[in-house]
Amino acid sequence: MYQYTAFDTAFVQQRAAQFRDQLTRWQSGKLSEDDFRPLRLQNGWYVQRYAPMLRVAVPYGEIASRQLRVLAQIAREYDEPEAAVFKAAMEGQGKLGTTFLPTHCAHFTTRTNVQFNWIPLSKSADVMDLLASVNLHGIQTSGNCIRNTTTDALAGIAVDEIVDPRPYAELIRQWSTLHPEFAFLPRKFKIAISGATDDRAATGWHDVGLHLVKNDAGEIGFKVFVGGGMGRTPVIGTVIREFLPWNQIMNYIEAIVRVYNEHGRRDNKYKARIKILVKSEGQQYIDDVEAEYRQILEIDGGPHTIPQAEFDRVAACFVPPKLADIADVAPEALQAQLDAQAAEHVMFGRWLQRNVHPHQNPQLRAVTLSFKRPGQSPGDATSEQLIALADLVDKYSAGEARVTHDQNVLLPWVHASRLFDLWQEAKALGLASANVQLLTDMIACPGGDFCALANARSLPIAEAITQRYQDLDELDDIGEIDLHISGCINSCGHHHSGHIGILGVDKDGKEWYQVTLGGSDGSDLSGAAAAGKVIGPSFSAAEVPDVIEAVLSTYRDLRESGETFQNTVRRTGLDPFKEAAKQARHKDAETAAA
Amino acid sequence: MTMLKLLAAQDHQPPAEGDTRTVALPNDAEALALPLDGVDRVDLHFPSFTDGRAFSQAFLLRRRRGFAGEIRATGDVLIDQLVQMQRTGFSSAVLRAGVDAADAQRQFERFPGFYQGDAVNPQPLFAARAAA
Repeated sequence: MYQYTAFDTAFVQQRAAQFRDQLTRWQSGKLSEDDFRPLRLQNGWYVQRYAPMLRVAVPYGEIASRQLRVLAQIAREYDEPEAAVFKAAMEGQGKLGTTFLPTHCAHFTTRTNVQFNWIPLSKSADVMDLLASVNLHGIQTSGNCIRNTTTDALAGIAVDEIVDPRPYAELIRQWSTLHPEFAFLPRKFKIAISGATDDRAATGWHDVGLHLVKNDAGEIGFKVFVGGGMGRTPVIGTVIREFLPWNQIMNYIEAIVRVYNEHGRRDNKYKARIKILVKSEGQQYIDDVEAEYRQILEIDGGPHTIPQAEFDRVAACFVPPKLADIADVAPEALQAQLDAQAAEHVMFGRWLQRNVHPHQNPQLRAVTLSFKRPGQSPGDATSEQLIALADLVDKYSAGEARVTHDQNVLLPWVHASRLFDLWQEAKALGLASANVQLLTDMIACPGGDFCALANARSLPIAEAITQRYQDLDELDDIGEIDLHISGCINSCGHHHSGHIGILGVDKDGKEWYQVTLGGSDGSDLSGAAAAGKVIGPSFSAAEVPDVIEAVLSTYRDLRESGETFQNTVRRTGLDPFKEAAKQARHKDAETAAA
Repeated sequence: MTMLKLLAAQDHQPPAEGDTRTVALPNDAEALALPLDGVDRVDLHFPSFTDGRAFSQAFLLRRRRGFAGEIRATGDVLIDQLVQMQRTGFSSAVLRAGVDAADAQRQFERFPGFYQGDAVNPQPLFAARAAA
């Protein structure tokens, strides 16, 4: 992991002090609500439906056990609504049928951040100080600025890796942090980097997507995409550069963002993302960026060209950790041991197959701990679970974990000989569902139970589908599939990119859900990044699980041998699925809406 | 850190008609196209403090164009942006009425430095570290 320097640590502490200054001025009436809002947002503080929400940055998903322990402390001591707030929330959501709202817990997000839903603003500055004690913060996790840069959860360990993206992600983190010119852009700005052949970072869906590549001479560079995004107008990024030398990345992003800052629309927030500018200007935007980039180099002198020494300093932080007390074992012997354990314990075998990933070091494996299980929302972890997680991370993964885009936690440094022990401990904690990449490993936003923007609740839909699909044999038979649920068109649950997407919509004050099929995040499994297509008028909450079941049984009827859901949808088109969904509608409109 | 000159609202005079030495550049104008001969002062405008176009305009005037005169922030200036203004090349800012000067002053004393180069210190932190 990146090791914070004295400068980095002091910087985070001063940011917390700055936030306290702003909070105090707001509390004393010196700073108006309207003035405070953008400032608190740029520190991760939203005010949601019933209570504030804090989004903590986890740069490119890497998190240390000591940081997890502080998140656990925050969950335990601060993620607690005042009695009146909780009563109002339960009454308000109770009218919609919600019977449970989790407290004292953290939520892993698709952009590898961590959110809390109940911390009172009056305690927010104390929480920022606590976070800063382990180099955590909420810098630019919201607001119209450059957000947390994300990458592949398997960065630095993936067997299909071309170049480790983490040093570049860290350099971009530093460059984008409190950039003086780019803190008040037309709209939010998200960067994702992939360094592997399989794009596990959904780069096509980002404002800037970066692919690390090597040219014919073996030199490292970036293929640069610009103008991807979800929301009301889903757009896949356009290639703006086939090959940009690696050391030019900051100069080039500076050009991309400056042209956007100058020319992006500010009259309509729904047309303010860079995707709209790229779409409307087309080649002109690309020409403008190239002209600006040349001027940055030729007139400004390209001050952010990354020197080799600086790259080396940062990259040196990302060497594999030393794993104490484990002797090297022949990979074949390790595999034989795992095979024997799997033969004896069927569930361990399934977990090995689903949740354990190959590693660049044949002694090691990467393990996904699944935070998708009945009774808890996708990506939620209680304070007790966070502490237990930190213990596992210390014991089995050299103190390092990764928050994944799919709202799970990955342990990157697990020795193969210890997988069985880890599985037993994870199972006891309820973190060993053998469902990674299966239907119940779904993405879901917090939805209408928490979010002020949501049109409908996401979590009851997620729970209903999870409850219905608890048979692992059935899940395995359905195979690898992405189910993504968003409570509104802002698309935090990435419904556009789901093989099955569910979008909450509001009609006459009631919750309805639009279902799309065939969306893709751009991974090998999903195919070229694309938005899913709607399969008919929206469904009631009660109908959704039946519709999903109808869609899945249609797939199982139509698929050819070994064909994934996604490939079947592409081959057959939507018609058979539309018809099945229509048949699954409840006959009685009253029951449907109940 | 060099101090940005802070002006009270009543101390700011917009360019008078016929004054060619002072220019008020609209928020959506191209900073690279502005004639600068004989100009002493350019006023840039924040229609709302969340509209960040003037930061890029200031950077381009100061750094790209090498403009040595005064660059003044006008409009909806929030004291929490003063350091950003200074770093992007502004040399003065017109404060809103009623702002506590001590609150404004304190903003300059906080951060030990920054990662990026800017209009005032073009070299990023890594360059300074390498030179040290």
